[in-house]
Amino acid sequence: MTCQDAQRLLGGYVDGELDLLKQLEMEQHLAECAACGRAREALEVLGAAVRSEGMYHRAPAGLEQRVRQTLRKAEPRRERVSRRWIGIAASVTVVAVAGWSVWALLMRSPAEERLSAEVVSSHVRSLMPGHLTDMLSSDQHTVKPWFSGKLDFSPAVTDFSPQGFALVGGRLDYVDGRPVAALVYRRRQHLINLFTWPAPGPAGQAIEAETRHGYHLIRWRKAGMAYWLISDLNEKELRELAGLLQ
Amino acid sequence: MHVLGERKSEQFERIFVPHLDAAYNLARWLTQNEHDAQDVVQEAYLRAYRFFDAFRGGDGRAWLLAIVRNTAYTWLERNRGREVITVFEEEVHGPDPAAADPETLALRSSDAQQLRQALEGVQAEFREALVLREMEGLSYKEIAEIAKVPVGTVMSRLARGRKRLEQLLLGTASKGAER
Repeated sequence: MTCQDAQRLLGGYVDGELDLLKQLEMEQHLAECAACGRAREALEVLGAAVRSEGMYHRAPAGLEQRVRQTLRKAEPRRERVSRRWIGIAASVTVVAVAGWSVWALLMRSPAEERLSAEVVSSHVRSLMPGHLTDMLSSDQHTVKPWFSGKLDFSPAVTDFSPQGFALVGGRLDYVDGRPVAALVYRRRQHLINLFTWPAPGPAGQAIEAETRHGYHLIRWRKAGMAYWLISDLNEKELRELAGLLQ
Repeated sequence: MHVLGERKSEQFERIFVPHLDAAYNLARWLTQNEHDAQDVVQEAYLRAYRFFDAFRGGDGRAWLLAIVRNTAYTWLERNRGREVITVFEEEVHGPDPAAADPETLALRSSDAQQLRQALEGVQAEFREALVLREMEGLSYKEIAEIAKVPVGTVMSRLARGRKRLEQLLLGTASKGAER
């Protein structure tokens, strides 16, 4: 092992992240090379310094209380209703849940209903042969620039293969009377469409989920953009992808 | 792991409130401000709660820290706009082993204020990697998942962050370009 190699791998060595072979080679080199030995010492001094007690910021007094209060306020009504009825027949819980669903449906405007329906149609159309992607690539650095010049906005594109959601490609689509970006992901054999377009409006709104014709939809707004996820993938895993996209 | 009769919020709190210090520490080092860090932590916990169904068990701290990190960067974009960041410029000749000076480093880093200022002087992504690696003891793979970059990038950020920290402590920091 040369000094150049050793310098490159020193951080990995000190962090215990080298494979056994490299680790042994490094130990041998360090035993023979004083300069690299000192470089290793320097790294260890830095590490110990960053890890020192005074560098760690513990939560200030009162923060825990405030966080708990924020969570209590965020607890959905449905949860509190269910809790009161725990121990009573399951049918009552079903009625409570169904009631909440009806409430949720009644709260939706006709415009929202139409938008949901459109997203489902776009999704279903895209599943037909040859209609899924205009740009087939799992490389986010290829897909993102492809959109520029075709859309008046630049969608964020990330491949989540390490987390089990592989980027399949991108496509132009048309929703709510405007061109939108569609990013296609795959989870096992399930295809997922992420539609996104500029939608100025208040940020920090709740993430909403619904099921329509057997498809799960999750939508939210963030930084002036609207996002719609749709798939036949189960809601739990789809929420996972939604979480990654935040 | 589900405790019978436990409310969802109770379960969530049981799993995630123990990581409050870790959440605050990361937020504090990213926003560099106590008040802002608290805002970020509250927002992050709220988002974590909304996505609680997506949590599959396993390391709650890493899952939460990923959310804290994203919340902090979103928050910084929203509230600080384009920050002027001093970019570390690679030395022309690459790292020089002969220049390593552990004794002086140990001396300088024993000054708590100087040490804190030095870490604050490190670029955000590098600083983040150092915090997650050194203070939280996370593996390269875990840091890669939190930061959503490949492991190679994590290694590179750590190396550059450490180099920058060393330079700031020794006072040998080269003039960086503003961007």
